[in-house]
Amino acid sequence: MEPYKKHESIAALMNRSNVDTDQIIPKQFLKKVERSGFGQHLFHDWRFNDDGSDNAEFELNKPAFKGAKILVVGDNFGCGSSREHAPWAIADYGFNTIISTSYADIFYNNCFKNGILAIKVDKDQLDKLMTEIAANEGVRFVVDLENQQVTTLGGTGFHFEIDPFRKGNLLSGLDDIGLTLKHVDKITEYEQQHKKDYPWLWA
Amino acid sequence: MQALEYAMKKTMYEKIWDSHLVVDEAGQAPLLYVDRHLMHEVTSPQAFEGLRLSGRKVRNPHSILATMDHCVPTKNRNLPIADPIAKKQIETMAENCRVNGLNLYDMTDPNNGVIHVVVPEHGFVHPGMVVVCGDSHTATHGAFGALAFGIGTSEVEHVMATQTLPQKKSKTMQVVVNGSLSKYASAKDIALAITGKIGTAGGTGYVIEYTGSAIRELSMEGRMTLCNMAIEAGARAGLVAPDEKTYDYLKGREFAPSAQYWDQALAYWKTLPSDEGALFDATVTLDAADIAPQVSWGTSPEQVVGVDGCVPAPESFTDEIKRQACENALAYMGLTPNTKITDIPIDLVFIGSCTNGRIEDFRIAAEMAKGTQVAKGVTAIAVPGSYHVKHQAEDEGLDKIFIDAGWEWRDPGCSMCLAMNGDELTKGQRSASTSNRNFEGRQGKGGRTHLVSPAMAAAAAAAGHFVDIRKL
Repeated sequence: MEPYKKHESIAALMNRSNVDTDQIIPKQFLKKVERSGFGQHLFHDWRFNDDGSDNAEFELNKPAFKGAKILVVGDNFGCGSSREHAPWAIADYGFNTIISTSYADIFYNNCFKNGILAIKVDKDQLDKLMTEIAANEGVRFVVDLENQQVTTLGGTGFHFEIDPFRKGNLLSGLDDIGLTLKHVDKITEYEQQHKKDYPWLWA
Repeated sequence: MQALEYAMKKTMYEKIWDSHLVVDEAGQAPLLYVDRHLMHEVTSPQAFEGLRLSGRKVRNPHSILATMDHCVPTKNRNLPIADPIAKKQIETMAENCRVNGLNLYDMTDPNNGVIHVVVPEHGFVHPGMVVVCGDSHTATHGAFGALAFGIGTSEVEHVMATQTLPQKKSKTMQVVVNGSLSKYASAKDIALAITGKIGTAGGTGYVIEYTGSAIRELSMEGRMTLCNMAIEAGARAGLVAPDEKTYDYLKGREFAPSAQYWDQALAYWKTLPSDEGALFDATVTLDAADIAPQVSWGTSPEQVVGVDGCVPAPESFTDEIKRQACENALAYMGLTPNTKITDIPIDLVFIGSCTNGRIEDFRIAAEMAKGTQVAKGVTAIAVPGSYHVKHQAEDEGLDKIFIDAGWEWRDPGCSMCLAMNGDELTKGQRSASTSNRNFEGRQGKGGRTHLVSPAMAAAAAAAGHFVDIRKL
């Protein structure tokens, strides 16, 4: 995983709530056995017309949002299925930061496994950001994970909270499995006790 | 003093959590031990690839049970899979399981079926376990008093390599369903009513424990249906305390504790229910007698109403987000405000899925279908959750009832629940479906899904529109 660095980028706006993972990456694209290449199918059913051409009405197809790395969206983003293809598609499309009031649990976890910073803000803060983007499409934000700070060109700056463990992993780009395997002796010890306490599970 | 007493009383979730903590140190997420790992072909290939690339091995192959369900055809199983990408996914699953020595019920295995139907059939999950699967409907297994939740593919790889997961402790929510269900309402209706009441984000950050007399009265299959949809209310997992029904269900199944260990296991299971007076972070209460057969009208499982109700008008919602969501949903669903639910015509009926693909579901649906004919212009498909369900139904003659009534009787799979295998709605088609999600495009691009119970689905097939089954 690439370490997450401070960056300035266009913030794209999708003013929709309860966007589910079936919308983020429709099921017809879940049959691949690789992790890569899902970005071309991100939001497929909204993004493309029936004939395969771009749907000009869809937010992310606006020229002003091209190249955006930051996605600002409504409440409860990523609800539904556990498919990690959703954050794979988001990251592969080019986003590395999402800002919303809330996320579905599994999706939220999946983001951090894929180098995506999912920032939670309160409703008022989200409204301000949405208003600023709507008034000035193509506006750029600076995201500084180290200092847990987002600054917009309109001068709105805000601090965000994040679990220190998730923050550390994003900043270092460290592999979770490697971290856990540092405790392999404890896992083995736990298993030995587990076999004594619950022998039927190992019979 | 009183506070101290409360502090010592634990919920079932806390008991399972505490007994599975491997590492709990400041500065890092607690590591939780995983007893059972369930797998299917869609969310596992990239995890196996990751394992291979890093030179790691599966730590405990015996903790894994795998099946093929999402992409498999539900008819003409003897023919090669037509979709080359699906075919590759199926072949990859078989190869990954072979190389790693995992127990796989492949497409042709007599034990094959939908993962969350197959696993209980074999007694693979017991009370008190931590169970994961790269699938949000893993919550199903909470019916046994196991902490069961869906994970992403990176986590699938993590569990294979380490048998643990870094986890954040959830809050606890008690959902109390008092009283008794009417004859025509089912576990599915409770699940939809709860989602309607608390919303699809209502349970976010929580593990739900379902309690109350209506829950105790549910069969094990009913409890599976209920816990299955905990995720639809945003919860990580749903739990039902184990009781005699749980123990009776498990006894004698292939992976249940053997006679040698049965008493020891049983003694442990009986320690699991939440202590009397244990505190939950939130409590929601429903009265089962008030729950009418439910029908979803929108594109989110919280958009539901009793069958005797009407499609709501956007302006009936005071919350601006809900008002907008209603407007969008009605446009997608092609529905007009204030239409009676029983006036909505349907094109297709689907009975099946990990929510409602078990034998009791087909029994009640067959009871409704018996002596009827599928309405003109309607297609009705019955897709058993597993080959065992299918053969059991056939032994009871249920297949004949469906076929005589004009239904298609299929082989098992996820099928139209998420429409990955070619079974799908076409644009504008409207279904009565016993599955769990009515998201836009879930059952096919432009398809319109109404979530209902098996009895409601079967009644709709005969009538061509929704029917208040209490009035039949």
